[in-house]
Amino acid sequence: MINIIVEDRDGEQQPVEIPEDISLSLMEVLKASEYNVLATCGGMALCATCHVQVLEGLDLLPAPADAEMDMLDTLPDAGFDSRLACQIRIDERLNGMIFRIRGDEQ
Amino acid sequence: MITTDICIIGAGPVGLFSVFEAGLLKMRCHLIDTLPQVGGQLSEIYPHKPIYDIPGYPDIKAQELVDRLMEQIAPFDPGFTLGERVETLVKQDDGSYLVGTNDGTIVHAQVIVIAGGLGCFEPRKPEIDGLLDFEGKGVEYMVKNPEHFRNKKVILAGGGDSALDWTIFLSDIAEHVTLIHRGDTFRGAPDSAEKVHELASSGKIDLVLQSNLLSVSGNGHLKEVSYVGRDKVNITQKTDYLIPLFGLSPKLGPIGGWGLNIDKSAIEVNTFDYSTNVDRIYAIGDINTYPGKLKLILCGFHEAALMVQSAFKHVYPDQKLSFKYTTVYGVNAF
Repeated sequence: MINIIVEDRDGEQQPVEIPEDISLSLMEVLKASEYNVLATCGGMALCATCHVQVLEGLDLLPAPADAEMDMLDTLPDAGFDSRLACQIRIDERLNGMIFRIRGDEQ
Repeated sequence: MITTDICIIGAGPVGLFSVFEAGLLKMRCHLIDTLPQVGGQLSEIYPHKPIYDIPGYPDIKAQELVDRLMEQIAPFDPGFTLGERVETLVKQDDGSYLVGTNDGTIVHAQVIVIAGGLGCFEPRKPEIDGLLDFEGKGVEYMVKNPEHFRNKKVILAGGGDSALDWTIFLSDIAEHVTLIHRGDTFRGAPDSAEKVHELASSGKIDLVLQSNLLSVSGNGHLKEVSYVGRDKVNITQKTDYLIPLFGLSPKLGPIGGWGLNIDKSAIEVNTFDYSTNVDRIYAIGDINTYPGKLKLILCGFHEAALMVQSAFKHVYPDQKLSFKYTTVYGVNAF
């Protein structure tokens, strides 16, 4: 199991357990875990509504591709630790990471 | 006033295809969309992305699908009101509706079809002090008419393609243009980014990087914009306009107040005919929800076909509907 911690918009942190062999993005896991994530474009890095802040573990993630950086640039509230959850693939590297949900609500 | 049989709210693929299905049953349609062009998400968000699950097309680019739909519905001569947002819905004594937009367009229709996708795409607003007080009084979220800014001082904020494009465009029109961007580079559209850097080096515009908007102020009309600059110093700059360009985000909007049963920003429908709980209002495509719902374009097409069969009774209450195949009867243009 991969264990991450997700902080919702109210600041409440909850552990989320994800099976290792799951072939999903963090955005899809957040939606499946009933978090309020809009994900307008469905995961194409084209809307920036699945914006998350990586509170712990940013360095362990693969660097964002240009498309993701480009979308993050359109956000008024993105920071150095901002990522799009749809571009983060679930794998063992995510173990122990903490993500704060920032994107537009449903 | 525009008079039609079916008023379709949303001109995405499902709204467009509804025109075809309605046309086969001799019903006329008028579409309204907040976006300035047809196609909804397909044209606005991912025009160049291939779609692989449209029957008969192993792959088709989103914009091409929209273009083909426009071609397919052309025989039924639909009306369009684009760039306007539906605000009001008033039921008439005979059961029909008057639909009103923010620009004062009124459409009289027997049936309302909400094919609104994820809702109205509305500009994302930065959370800065005083912003809402100056909307329409110096704060604009889109450039509808560039001439509006002629010989004015304009500050644009944002780092995406539209911020770059409008900075370039307005640099020839406005008295002075400043672009404020949170980052220190622009990732999208290298050509536009290069042009913006050139304009900045030649002194034609001011490019303010690594800076964030703080607040706006004025006296009835916007006068000043404050931001935190690169070295964490607060700077206040005089301006006539602020144009924050931080992309679009979908909102359900006024539809949420029409008495429809809503579950998580989606409208509950009866899968028999995709009718809502309100008489003569249907909801199809991504905006509806029902057990087993899949947000797929092809599902929306199916919903459109079933919906028009039911809508027919409101448009032609005295006629009996007989189902006809296009292979037998063809497509009879209006």
